[in-house]
Parts: sequence; C-alpha cells; structure tokens
Amino acid sequence: MDPVIFLIQVLNGVQYGLLLFLVASGLTLIFGIMGIINLAHGSFYMIGAYLAFSLVRLQGNFWIALALGIVVAVAIGAALEWLVMRFLYQRDHLYQVLLTYGLILIFEELRSLLWGDDVHGVAVPAGLDFSIPLTETLSYQVYRLVISLACLSIAAGMYWLIQRTRLGMMIRAGSVDREMVQSLGIDIGLLYRLVFALGVALAAFAGMLAAPVSSVFPGMGNQVLILSFVVVVIGGIGSVKGALVAALAIGLADTFGKVLVPQIAGMVVYLLMAAILLWRPQGIFGRA
Amino acid sequence: MDRQPRSLQVLLIAGVIALAAFPLVGEKFYIQFITKIMILAMFAMSLDLLVGYTGLVSLGHALPFGLAAYALMFVSPEAEGAGLGWSLAAAAGVAALASLVVGLLVLRTSGIYFIMVTLAFGQMAYYYVHDSKYLGGSDGKYIYVRPVLEIFGWKPFDLENHTHFYYVALALMAFVYLTIRVLLASPFGRVIAAIKENEHRMRMLGFATFRYKLVCFVLAGALAGLAGWLAAAHDGLVNPEMLSWHQSGQLLMMVILGGMGTPAGPVLGAAALKLLELGFQGWTKHWQLLLGGFIVLSVLLIPRGLAQLFEWKRRG
Amino acid sequence: MAEPALRTQGLQKHFGGLAAVNDVSLECHVGQLHAVIGPNGAGKTTLINLLSGDLAPTGGRVELLGREVTGLAAHRISQLGVGRSYQRTNIFMKFTAFENCRLAAQARLPSSMRFVRPAARYREVNEAAARALALAGLGARSDTVAAELSHGERRQLEVAMTLATSPKVLLLDEPLAGMGAEESARMVGLLRTLVSGHAMLLVEHDMDAVFALADRLTVMVSGTVLASGTPEQIRANAEVQEAYLGEGDE
Repeated sequence: MDPVIFLIQVLNGVQYGLLLFLVASGLTLIFGIMGIINLAHGSFYMIGAYLAFSLVRLQGNFWIALALGIVVAVAIGAALEWLVMRFLYQRDHLYQVLLTYGLILIFEELRSLLWGDDVHGVAVPAGLDFSIPLTETLSYQVYRLVISLACLSIAAGMYWLIQRTRLGMMIRAGSVDREMVQSLGIDIGLLYRLVFALGVALAAFAGMLAAPVSSVFPGMGNQVLILSFVVVVIGGIGSVKGALVAALAIGLADTFGKVLVPQIAGMVVYLLMAAILLWRPQGIFGRA
Repeated sequence: MDRQPRSLQVLLIAGVIALAAFPLVGEKFYIQFITKIMILAMFAMSLDLLVGYTGLVSLGHALPFGLAAYALMFVSPEAEGAGLGWSLAAAAGVAALASLVVGLLVLRTSGIYFIMVTLAFGQMAYYYVHDSKYLGGSDGKYIYVRPVLEIFGWKPFDLENHTHFYYVALALMAFVYLTIRVLLASPFGRVIAAIKENEHRMRMLGFATFRYKLVCFVLAGALAGLAGWLAAAHDGLVNPEMLSWHQSGQLLMMVILGGMGTPAGPVLGAAALKLLELGFQGWTKHWQLLLGGFIVLSVLLIPRGLAQLFEWKRRG
Repeated sequence: MAEPALRTQGLQKHFGGLAAVNDVSLECHVGQLHAVIGPNGAGKTTLINLLSGDLAPTGGRVELLGREVTGLAAHRISQLGVGRSYQRTNIFMKFTAFENCRLAAQARLPSSMRFVRPAARYREVNEAAARALALAGLGARSDTVAAELSHGERRQLEVAMTLATSPKVLLLDEPLAGMGAEESARMVGLLRTLVSGHAMLLVEHDMDAVFALADRLTVMVSGTVLASGTPEQIRANAEVQEAYLGEGDE
C-alpha cells in the first residue's frame, strides 16, 4: 500500500476511533459506576448532531453552537437521570435494557417530530474548511485533524478528572462500593446525576463534532450504539483506559477492513471482538 | 413441581379454544395477523428457555431464526413447494448446528459479556448474509411456493390457504409450548433452573454445567429455527433483517415485557407488543412514541412483566 | 489400620508471593472426625478448597479413597465421593429445602441429560433427598423455601445437601457459624451421628464443639501445621496454647 494512502487510512481510523471513544467512555462510566446498561446512549450522539444542526442554523457560529449544545446536553442528561434512570439502579439489568429500549423509540419519534426525517448537513466551521496537501493528488481535511485533537484533549481532561480530583476519587470509590461512599456523607444521588450527565454530554459532544463530516440523519445513533458497546466490552467494563485502546483498535480495524477485505468488511469488528473475548472474557482492562 | 395454579390452567385452555375458534369468525387480515403473533410467540418461548429459565441473556437469538429461514429459501424450488417434513427438519437442523458452534464459543463468557458476544455473532451472521450476492444481498430472496405436505399422494392441508396455515402454526406453537413444559419438568430442566439460581453450587454438586448450558442453547436454537421456518413460509420473503440485532432486541423485549420464566409470559409479550403496535399505528403516525412510553411506564410500574398482573407465582 | 479415606502430603497453595497453605499433611479415616483449628487467616478455608477441588494446589498431593486426585476439578472430586459444605451458606435460596436436597441427590444419577420423564418420578432420587433431610433434622421443613428458613436451619440444609450425594468423605467448613447455643447443640448432635459412616474433616472456631467431637486435631497457623494429635495432646501442647487457645474462643 502506498505510504501516503496508508497514512490517510491511519488518520481516518484514529479519528473514527477517537469519536467512538468519546461515546464509549460515557457508556463505560455509566455502566461501571452506576451499573446501568443504557441502550439509548446512541440516541444522545444523534441528539448532539441534531442540536449542532439547529444551533448553527440559529446563529451561524459553530463554536458557540458547540458550547450551547454541551449545556443543553448536560441539562437533558440531568433531567433524564432524575426522571427515569434513578429508579433503575437496583433493578436487574434486563429491565434496564427494556426501559432504555423504550427510550430509544421515544427519542427517535421526538427527533422525527422536531426535525423531520430528512438528512441535514452542517458546514465545516469557517477557518478550518481547507485541506493539507500530502501529494499531488491527495490531501487531508484539516477539520478531521481538529476532531482528533479535540477528542484527545477530552481524553486527557477525563484522565485528570478521574485520577487527580476529589470528584474523580468519589467516582472511583462509588464504582467499587456504593454504600461505603454513602456512609461517608457523600450525596450519591447527586454524584450519579453528575456522572450520567457527563456521559450524555460526552456522547452528544461526539455527535456535534462529527456532524460536519458524517452529516445528520435518522438512525445515526444505531451504528454508534452497537460499536460503543463493542468498545466497552473489549476494553473492559468501567475502564476508560480500556475504552480508549479498544476504540482505537476498532477504528483502525474497521477502516483498514474496508480497504483490505471489503467482502467481509462488516464482519471485521465483530470477529475482533469475538477473538478478544474468547482470549480474555473480561475485556482487556476489565476486572476478572 | 410445575403444577400451575388452577386459574392459569383454565385461562390457557380457554385461550387455546379461542384461538382454535377464531378463524371461523375472523377476517383474513386478522387471521394472518394472529398467525404472525403465534410465530413470534414460538420464537419468544424459545428465547425464554434461555433467558427466563437458564439465565442466559442472548441478544443474538435472531441468528438461528434467520438462518433457518434462509435454509428454507435455499431448499425451496422456484416453481413448487419444498417437502414440509424434511425442509422443516433441515431448517431446525441448520439452526441447531449454528447454535452448537456459537454456543461452544459464547458460553465461555457470562453476564454482560455473554450478552455482547451473542450480539457480535448475530451481527456477523447479519453482515455475512447482507453482503452475500448469492443469498440475495440486502434485498433478500423470495419463496414463491409454500412448503407442501404430501403423504403417499394425499395432502392433509394446503399451506397456501391462510386458514390452514393458521392451524398449522397453532399446532406448532402448542408443540413448542408442550415441549418446553416437558423439558422443564425433566431432570435436565431442573438442572438448568438450578444453574440459573446458583451455578457455582451446581458445579460443586458434580454437574458439568457447561454441557447443560450448551444443550439448552442448542435446543433453544432449534426451536427458534422452527419459528424461522414458519416466518419464512408465511412471509414468502427472507432478508437480512431477520438476523439483525433489532430482531433480537425486539424479541428480548417481548420476553421481558411478558414476564420471564413464566409459561405464557412470552406469548403474552409477543401478543402485547404486536397488538400495541397495531393499536398505536391506528392512532398516529408517531406511534413509536406511545409504544416507547408504554414500555417505560410498565418497567417503572410493573416490576416483573405482564404475567405478574395475573399473579402467577413461579414455583421452584 | 485401614487406608485413610482422605490423605494429603505436603500440600501447598501460593497466591503470588503469599503461601496460604504451606506443607500441610494430614489424614482422615472413615469413622473418624478430624478437626482443623487455628486463628483467622490460618489458611483453613483454603485447605478445604484445595481438598474439594475449588482450588488447584501449587504443590503436594491429595489422595481420596486410595486414588490420587491432585488438581482434579471440583465436580470430578465430588463425583468420587466427597461432600463439602460452605462457611457462608451457598444453597439455592429460591428453592424449597426438599428441592435443594433433591438436586444434590440427582447429581448421583449417571447423567442428568434426561429430557422426557419428569424429575418428580425418579423415586430413588426423591427418597435419597428425603432421607438426607430427615438425617439433618429438617424433615418437617421439607417444603419450606430456603430463603424462609432460619439461619440455623440453613446451616442444617447445607449439611443435608452434603449428605444427599451419599459421600464417604465430608468436608465441613464452619457448620456452626453464626449459631446460638441451642442450634449449636443440635448441630453437634447431628455431626456426632454422622461420624460412624463417614470420614469427616471439620474446620471450626467453636472450641467446645471441637473438643466434644474430634478424634484428631490439627492446628494451623499462617498456613502451616503447628501441631497435630489427639485432643488431649493438643490441649496440653504449650505452643498451641500460646498461639491459639490462650486467645480464648470466639
């Protein structure tokens, strides 16, 4: 393979993987800390993209739209946790699966009501709408690099938050022993609401970032949902580090799979997952 | 051990009689609608064997279902119906074999990981079928003539007739129901119920639990294959969507909603979901909103599924 | 004397750098109750796990009824005639006491891959279960769901399940755990009736029970055997007194 094409594929794979990481890290935090499986997580990604579309259409500036979108996403996350999710903590996983499946249906229909079923586009933000030439014929979109950088900075921010702050310590403690944390006087209800809102915001933010390159369409949450579950399982439930490694692996596997073995391109990611789970059933960084 | 409360037995018998009598008064549309429900009920019962009784939550149960459907398509000639007996056996056989292979691999995991690996294998099968030209690709393929049963030149029924098909489906559904009841009362059935309750203790007692879970997985797959054969025969069309995770997910919904581990729970769940769909669709274009709302409310308000409304207690 | 029903030689279990069980040798004959005592963390439960097959040893041998079983899986060892009860109750909470024992007895069938005849019609299995329950003093509570039994009754059920497979060797991990005076006395009486037909290895903290029942005692401290002998020898042993008995009972 031509080295420049190889480079492009690597960059694409990494960018795809990093976006997946944002979504999956929210999922793994929510599941690892609160023990909730949330099938509707893909819907937040979709909501993010649609929010970006509307907010950009409203006032034109992509970055302001991003900032506003994050605020809205956090609000949605907190409200959803308070209204519905907090009744699920002690319930069997199956009921969480069932309820969040119902949420998927609701979000899909709300999206249809508010935005219709057409495909929309979001313009790449002004100033970033150019490409870096790599050879005479090939170039790479700068915005895609920006996406990767944004995701990496968030990953760094999450590392700092979880490993270096009091909040992070409470999060880590809450994932190991809920009652213990409660008896220390920490308001676990508030903590969970925060974590859930954070997870929602991460997924929505990924959707917002992705909108200019992937466009905004119904059902965009579905594929992301399944893949982020695959990421969480391969990486190990509750492990953000694992989610990063797994997401990158999947991003690269999927990208190279489409180029090298197009006949089975759709299966590659799942083959990878099956292989890893058979070797290490708890995921790469999962606790046995 | 599996003596059910009087009220439930009466209800079941009444239900069967009602179902048997329905075609005498119902219109074609509803006869076919209920046939679809019965097929889904069979499918759901086979999943409940895994989920409700063994504690194995599979998000890939569409795999044996869809593969059996494709098997029927494969053996159906273009101009005439395939032989009923052997095409049914072939379909169930394909489903069972696929479940054996998948089971050998996925049963090494448990819990959420099990859910995900079953999803993965389901997706693999979906993508394989979806990307295969010879299987019809994303459009799928048609089955032009329904299977035919001919015993020495005599045809006891004609599946092309929707009322005959209805009764065959009813008979098969009853067969699946009874098979599962007998299975659960047998020593094998007690073992898998106990595995769900405390697998570690079962191993301590000397049971090779992996083998029992595998057999259960294969049996559930075979029964799903029966449903898949019927679905393909009924619709006359097989496509990759029959193997999608949506299919598996919706099925899981039916089982959970109806009440897992109860004899008629899956049937209730299948019926409820389909009837609600029909009902809500009649009201508004955005019926999924109502269905979603219904599901959310019922999880919050009815902890153990619809069967709980009838207060059927599980006896261990 | 006849072959010991249970014998270990130089049994070892290392977890990383930690030796939970270090060079333990002991034997137990049918008709004998061998008690293993020691402070918390001495490795007693690990020892039982090694004998039952729950854990694989990192060194040494285990022999059961004359044959070597070192490293065999738990379900294989169980089939060879070993019954094991748990320190923390490990029963089927949602099933009745009878069903708990019936499952244990069903394990004795050559295979449970039987799909047609209802389990309720297997007479011998049902009778073995009823016998085990009666032997353990739970005959009257046969149809009670395990979750509704008292703590003491659940410990009795643990023993009943151990008996339902008709084992020759009994490994009992703190059967008296959490019991009051009356329940303890009942359990001691039960255990005494079982000794004649079985080789029993008992891990216990209740010193009164231990000295009332044991034919032989092994004292473990930090994974190794400190002393082994008859109850009188152990009681008189100065080292043991200092290390363990001197601390007073639980």
